[in-house]
Amino acid sequence: MVNFNDVNYLPWLIPLGPMLAFAIIALLTNRSRLVPATSHEYGGHHPDYDGMLVPVVAPWSRVLSIVVGMAGMTAAWLMSLVVFFQGISTSKLGLDDKVFESSRNWLATGVETFRIGILVDPLTVVMLFMVPLVVMCIFIYSIGYMAHDPRQARFFALISLFAGAMLTLVVADNLLLLFVGWEVMGVCSYLLIGFWYEKKSAYRAAIKAFTTTRVADVIMLLGIVYLYTMTGTLSFRDILYNPEVLAMLAGTPALIVGSWGISAAGLIGMFLIIGTIGKSAQFPLHVWLPDAMEGPTPVSAMIHAAAMVSAGIYAIIRMYPLFEAGGHPHSGEFTLPLLLMAVVGAFTALFAATIALTQNDVKKVLAYSTISQLGFMMAALGIGAYIAAFFHLITHAFFKALLFMASGSVIHAMEHGEHHLHEHHDEHGDHDHAHADHHAHDAHDSHDAHDAHDAHDHHEIVGEPIDADDVDEPVTPHFDPQDMRNMGGLIRTIPVTAWTFIIGGVSLAGFPLITAGFWSKDEILADAWYVWSGTSSVVHIFVFVMLAMAAFLTAFYTARQLSMTFLGDHRTEAATHSGLGGPRSIISITMQLPLVILAFFAIVAGFVGVPPDFPIFGSIFAPNGNPFFDFVKYSLLTEMQPPKPPFNAIPVLVSFAVALGGLYLGWRMYGRTPLKAGEADPMTKILSPSAYKLLQNKYYIDELYVAVFVKPLKWFSKNVVVVFIDKGIIDGTIHLIARVFTWIGDLFKVLNLWLIDGVSDSIPQGIINFGAWFRRTQTGQIQQYMLWVLFAVLIIGLIFVVSAGFLQAAG
Amino acid sequence: MVPLWMYLTVAAALFSIGMYGVLARRNAVAVLMGIELMLNAVNLNLIAFWRYLTPFNMSGQAFAAFVLVVAAAEVAVGLAIIIAVYRNRQSVEVEDVDMLKG
Repeated sequence: MVNFNDVNYLPWLIPLGPMLAFAIIALLTNRSRLVPATSHEYGGHHPDYDGMLVPVVAPWSRVLSIVVGMAGMTAAWLMSLVVFFQGISTSKLGLDDKVFESSRNWLATGVETFRIGILVDPLTVVMLFMVPLVVMCIFIYSIGYMAHDPRQARFFALISLFAGAMLTLVVADNLLLLFVGWEVMGVCSYLLIGFWYEKKSAYRAAIKAFTTTRVADVIMLLGIVYLYTMTGTLSFRDILYNPEVLAMLAGTPALIVGSWGISAAGLIGMFLIIGTIGKSAQFPLHVWLPDAMEGPTPVSAMIHAAAMVSAGIYAIIRMYPLFEAGGHPHSGEFTLPLLLMAVVGAFTALFAATIALTQNDVKKVLAYSTISQLGFMMAALGIGAYIAAFFHLITHAFFKALLFMASGSVIHAMEHGEHHLHEHHDEHGDHDHAHADHHAHDAHDSHDAHDAHDAHDHHEIVGEPIDADDVDEPVTPHFDPQDMRNMGGLIRTIPVTAWTFIIGGVSLAGFPLITAGFWSKDEILADAWYVWSGTSSVVHIFVFVMLAMAAFLTAFYTARQLSMTFLGDHRTEAATHSGLGGPRSIISITMQLPLVILAFFAIVAGFVGVPPDFPIFGSIFAPNGNPFFDFVKYSLLTEMQPPKPPFNAIPVLVSFAVALGGLYLGWRMYGRTPLKAGEADPMTKILSPSAYKLLQNKYYIDELYVAVFVKPLKWFSKNVVVVFIDKGIIDGTIHLIARVFTWIGDLFKVLNLWLIDGVSDSIPQGIINFGAWFRRTQTGQIQQYMLWVLFAVLIIGLIFVVSAGFLQAAG
Repeated sequence: MVPLWMYLTVAAALFSIGMYGVLARRNAVAVLMGIELMLNAVNLNLIAFWRYLTPFNMSGQAFAAFVLVVAAAEVAVGLAIIIAVYRNRQSVEVEDVDMLKG
């Protein structure tokens, strides 16, 4: 008997709301009607569709789908809140008798049975606070942001499924179910990045994201299978809370590579980490994430803040004891997976931050910043700063979702300004301009449609070289609402967006003491410093230095972005007229309310993790010890819980210095003397032109992949697969078989004609011939007949006489 | 008394003459006459055998009487056919009447 008052059962229902919403929207409420492609309602994403009828969501369907999607998500959010409050009111949640879990049989596999179930430990509780809240904000934001999109119902179906998959992943009690959620999110991200599939760059970005993460996911699946082979279970608690299993895994040499001193736990850990490297966009599989900006902005917020990239880190945090098995990072003993994470994470953090310095696209800066911040988390996990990484995951989700949505608002406002400008012209222009204006007008709906179309930028979306047939869109200088060089002074036209954006930005930069980003970054640095000072571990100091530099660059490019976007004069007419269409319009409200909510959390989320011995702040926010730390640590076994680093002034001062220094330097370069329209980026003066170009082209990684993977693959496909295998071997074999059968057929044909036809033809022919010969006896001469009769009588008589004679002679 | 073989010889000669007439004559009437000769040769045999072998049994005479009757009917039909042929083809030559030729 299921007791619905039992909190153990409630998490089962959490993913169900969005999932059901997805099913209802997809099956029932998503109804379209056909309009001409040139219609204003469709928005004309694609010139090739002229003269065709295209589906546009019906108004009732749009409203109903939004209602259904919101209802599903609200239900999930409310249930998550219940679980959250239950969870935080349970002290030492996560210990064996203090964990909510239930499971039932799922897949029978011979002797074993996979169980499907939910597990709520401190990690889940915290995630259940963050994920539904952020997703909720994204849903609300999407109402306004997608209000003119011809496929808004479909959009809500997809983000509902996405949210459902993320929540499944969060509450899963085993690795298989986690992987299911993981893969469903992969599919959704593919569908959502390519949501504006009329754009070539969008669907290419979708394919790129899908294939890149697939490479990682296959390897991750390998790890899951290996783990199952070794332990016979994929349940988190059976593996991770069982020191014997962990010791066994750490003690067993791995298959194949075991002779190099790699344990089974090490190999499994590496496989799982490679999955995360793909999903959380770490070097060298980071290339999909910047291109994923082709999707609608709420999707960017979803993928880069609340769900997908967090899922990668969350999976590692979930499986953390496995990676740590056999080592002890706090005393400088590293296992191979930890080392991998530390190196990849630290490198990616700095690497992506340098690229972000030179990007002009407002969303691309955020995309690289996301990669960089995920690198922070990876590196923190690598050095054993388990709780700090998780803390940064949560705070980052809040401020990065905020930043993405705010940047979406900025883009929307810029398009509004551009639109306004054209309408203004239209009043004076003659009708010949109507068509050209129409296209510009269409841009209103394709918010993100305008990626940088500079000559060198054009082909890098999927990193494919320009072929003759690739240049289907004329490369004309057109207005790019995402280019920060076109903005400036927006704080005066969209103040709410601007202030929330600034709050998110300073939180990302780690502005000391008052922002969430400061506390979480500081904790990572403090952890690294603490262990280094105790053990002089090289890895820890490496991570510390790399992350400190990355944090400095983060503050710098944030200041650059904020200054270029909001400060100074309007650099284009569009910026002058930018806006969200009246303070009380539904678009304005739905797009700004989530920003305010998230801005609130971008500030206060940090205060739950203040170290208790931090001067002043510690006594205000953490009189009874660091609340976040004390709550989350029980998701690990007692002996694995990381030590609490005591307050040390050096890392805190470093945090202060890099954040303030970066912000000040950025403001000095971009804010104090704002960029004028058409002026070159001052960055070009500091960096050498070649270095600037290198960074702007993202270290040519895309080009490298094109040269190393895409081109050889194309060559291989064309020359080996098509020409040799397909045309040579397969076609050759088929042709050979055909030829043999043709030959056999010819043989049978000859046989048929000669033997069977011969026999069956010659029998009647013989009869005909005989008849022709025999008819000559039929002369019609009566006397001749008579003569025959006479001969016959004579012969019969002769026979009679002779035989009678013989009989007589015989007696 | 004239011995039996003489009758038989005469009958055989008569039959052969009739046979020759049937086979060799071109005139259909003559052919008919040949047939009559052969019938009469048979009649002669029947009578001769009856007289010499079973004089107290009248079967030979009865057969002969039947043959006479049949011969009369046959001549009547035969002549009628010949007349019909003649009317159609203006000829009683047997060689000309070869409509049964295959």
